[in-house]
Amino acid sequence: MRSSSTPIPTLKRRGFLGLLGAGAGATLLGGAAACSDDGGSAGDNEFDVWVLLDENVNPVSQASLDRFNAGSDVKAALVTEPNEGFRDALQIAIDTAQRPDVFFNWGGGSIRSYARAGLLEDLTPHLEADPAFKDAFLPSVLDAGQIDGRYYGIPMRQMQPKLMFFNTAVLEDVGVPVPTTWEEFLAACDTVAGNGITPVALAGAVSWTELMWIEYLTDRIGGAQVFLDIAAGTGQGWRHPAITEAVNTIIELVDRGVFGTNFPSVQYEAGGAETLLEQGEAAMHLMGSWSYTNHLGAAPDFATQQLAWGAFPAIEGGAGDPAAVAGNPTNYFSVTSASPHKEAAIEYLRQEMASEEYVRGLIGVGDTPAVADIEPLLAETEHAEYLSFVYQMVVQAPSFQLSWDQAIERAQASTMLESLAEVFLGNLDAAGFVQANEDAAG
Amino acid sequence: MTSTTTTDRAPAPARTRTTARPRRGRRRLGSDTAPRPGMLYVLPAALFFGMFAIVPLVLVVVLSFTSWPGFGDPQFVGLDNWQRLTGDQRVINATRTTLLLTVLGWATQTPVSIAIGVWASGPQRNRAVLSSIFFLPLLLSSAAIALMYHRYLDPNFGLAKDLGPLIGFPDGNILGTRHGALGVLVFVGMWQWIPFHSLLYQAAARVIPQMLYDAARIDGASRWDMFWRITIPQLRHTIVTSSVIMVVGSLITFETVLLLTAGGPGTATQVLPYLMYRSGFFEFQMGYASAVATVLVVLGTTVSLVIVRFSGFAKMRSTLEGL
Repeated sequence: MRSSSTPIPTLKRRGFLGLLGAGAGATLLGGAAACSDDGGSAGDNEFDVWVLLDENVNPVSQASLDRFNAGSDVKAALVTEPNEGFRDALQIAIDTAQRPDVFFNWGGGSIRSYARAGLLEDLTPHLEADPAFKDAFLPSVLDAGQIDGRYYGIPMRQMQPKLMFFNTAVLEDVGVPVPTTWEEFLAACDTVAGNGITPVALAGAVSWTELMWIEYLTDRIGGAQVFLDIAAGTGQGWRHPAITEAVNTIIELVDRGVFGTNFPSVQYEAGGAETLLEQGEAAMHLMGSWSYTNHLGAAPDFATQQLAWGAFPAIEGGAGDPAAVAGNPTNYFSVTSASPHKEAAIEYLRQEMASEEYVRGLIGVGDTPAVADIEPLLAETEHAEYLSFVYQMVVQAPSFQLSWDQAIERAQASTMLESLAEVFLGNLDAAGFVQANEDAAG
Repeated sequence: MTSTTTTDRAPAPARTRTTARPRRGRRRLGSDTAPRPGMLYVLPAALFFGMFAIVPLVLVVVLSFTSWPGFGDPQFVGLDNWQRLTGDQRVINATRTTLLLTVLGWATQTPVSIAIGVWASGPQRNRAVLSSIFFLPLLLSSAAIALMYHRYLDPNFGLAKDLGPLIGFPDGNILGTRHGALGVLVFVGMWQWIPFHSLLYQAAARVIPQMLYDAARIDGASRWDMFWRITIPQLRHTIVTSSVIMVVGSLITFETVLLLTAGGPGTATQVLPYLMYRSGFFEFQMGYASAVATVLVVLGTTVSLVIVRFSGFAKMRSTLEGL
C-alpha cells in the first residue's frame, strides 16, 4: 500500500513560508504605522526639551535648565535620545500628544516639512520684538536656520564649518608649503603623490564626505547664490554652469590621483580617513570642524604638533568669495506650535541660549558657540588657537552654506548623494549628474 | 509487503472516518467525539500572528496607496507610488541585484553546506570536534559579523591591504568596486549561513539507513557513486527546505548590506530591502517604501512557492520504501 500524499501539512507550510517572508518584509514598515497617540509625556506644569544623548553636552544643557527652573513656575525637563534613533523618534512623535515642546535639530531640511506643516512655532516675531535676543547670535548662523524666510530655530551648539586639515610633517618632508590657492593646492597634490603618499584623504565609502568637495567647489567657482537657487527651485538650478564645472573639476581630481585609488573603500570612522592623516599616509583632509576633537582624542601628539588647518583654497577667477564657508552652521532648538507651554519654552531660549554660563559650558566641552562677541571667552581656553580660527572663519564669512543634504528635501538629497558617489567612481559625467538631480527635483 | 512510511504511522482518526473525501474530513476539527483541542487553543497563536504578521502586511499594502512622511495623516494618492515604482530605475536595479545575490548565495552555500554536513555526519570523533568549531558563526549576530568584516575590509589598515593583492585588488579597494562588493556580500553570506545549513544536512544525513550503503557496497559501488545515488537523493527534502530558507533569507537580507556596503559603491549593492529602508527612513516616503515592501512580499512568496511546487516538495513521497 502506498501512502497517500498529505496535502494539509503542505498547505500549512506553504502558507507559513509565504507569510514568513511577508511578515519579515512588512514588520519594518508596519512598526512605524502602528504607533498610537495616547498620553502626553510632560506633566501639567512641565515642558520637555529633547536633545541628543551626549555625555559631554548634556550636563551643560541640564545646568541651563536648572538656572531657568529656579526662576520659573513652569519647569523644564531634559529628555535625551541617542543620535541613531533621534530623527525617527522625532518624526513619529512630532504630530502626536507625545511631541516635545523644545527639540534639538539640524535646521534646514531636518525641520522644513514640520515648519511647512505648521507644526513649529514661528520665532520671527519674538526675535524682531527683542533686538537684544536676535543680536546675541551670529547673523549668518541665525539666518542659515531660516525656512522660507522665517526663523524657526535658535542656535544652541557649536558651529561646524568645513575646513582643510594638513599634516605638516608630510608637507615639510616633500618640501611644499600649506596651500592657500587652487594652483598651490594642485601643485602640492602632484608633489605629494610623486612621493608615493596619498595627497588628500577621502572617506569615499560614505558620500557625505564627497559632498564637501562639490559644495566648496561650486561656492568658489559660482558663488553662494548657485546653490541657494537650487534649494529654492529658482534660477538655473542644477543647470548652472558652475555645477558642471565643479563636477568636471572633481573628475579631474580623481583622475589626477588626488584622492589615491582606494578611496571608495575608505570609511570615516575609526581607522578611516582621519587615521590616514594622523599616520602620514595622507597629507590633507577636508572635513567638518569636529574633526579636530577626533584628532585630539585619537592622536593627541599629532593634533598638537603636526596638525595645521586652513580655509578651502581660493580659486582664481571664480565668482565666489574665498572667505565664504560651507558646513553645518550649528544645531538649533525649535519650539512646537502645539506646545501648551511655548511661551515658557521661548523664555527659556531667550534667557539661556546666549547666557555667559551656557556659552562657557559649551566652550568647556570644546564647542564654538554661534553667539556674538565671545572672543575673550574663547581666548581663555586650552585650544584657543583652533577655536578662535573657527569662530573668526564664521564671523567673517559673507555666507554660510548649509550642507546640501540638509538644505534640500530628503528624497532629492538621496539622489544627489548617490549620483555624486557615481561621479567619484567615474561612472557618471557632469551631464549625467545634472540630469539625475533635475529628474529628482521633478 | 507492509509499508512503514512516516505518514502512515501518524494517527489520523478524522481521516479514517471519511476515507472517500479526506480533505473535507480533515478540516472538520472538533466536530466529532475525538479528543481534539478546540479552536480556542489556536487563539493566542492566531492573535499573535495576526497582530505581528497579517495586520502589518495589510497596513503596508494600504500605505502603498498613500503619501505619508511619517507624521500627520496619510494622504491617499491612488496608484501614484505604483506608477513611479514601475518606471523607477533604482527599483529595477535593486531587483536585479537582489536576484543576483540570491542566486549566487544559493549556488555557493548549497554545495558547501551539503559537503560539510555529510562529512560532519560521520561518526569519527575529530569530525564532531571540528564541526562544533565550524558552527561557531551561528552564535554571532548578523550585525556583529557585518561590523567585523567591515573592519577587515579597510583598504589601508585591514586585512584587505594584505589579502587584496592576492585576489586581484592590488590597492585593497575591494568594497569600493562593484564586483568586489558583491563578492564580499556573497562571501559573508556563506560564512554566516553555511554552518546553519550544514547542521540541517548533518542531521538529515545521519538518518539515512546504513543498510543502503551496505547494500551498495556489496554491489560494488564506489564512495562517489554512493554519494550521488544514495546520499543526495535521500537529502532531497532537506535540500528543498534549506533552499527555501536560503532564498527567502537572501531576499530579505538587509543589515549586512546596510552595515557593510550601505548599498555602495554608488548604488551597486542596493537590494530591495535596503531600498525600502532608504525610501522609508532616509527619504521619509513611507508610501513609496510600502510599495517596495509589497513587491518584496510578493516576490518572496512567489519564489518560495515556485521552489516548493517544482521541487516535488508538495508530494512528500517517501523514499525509504522497502526497508
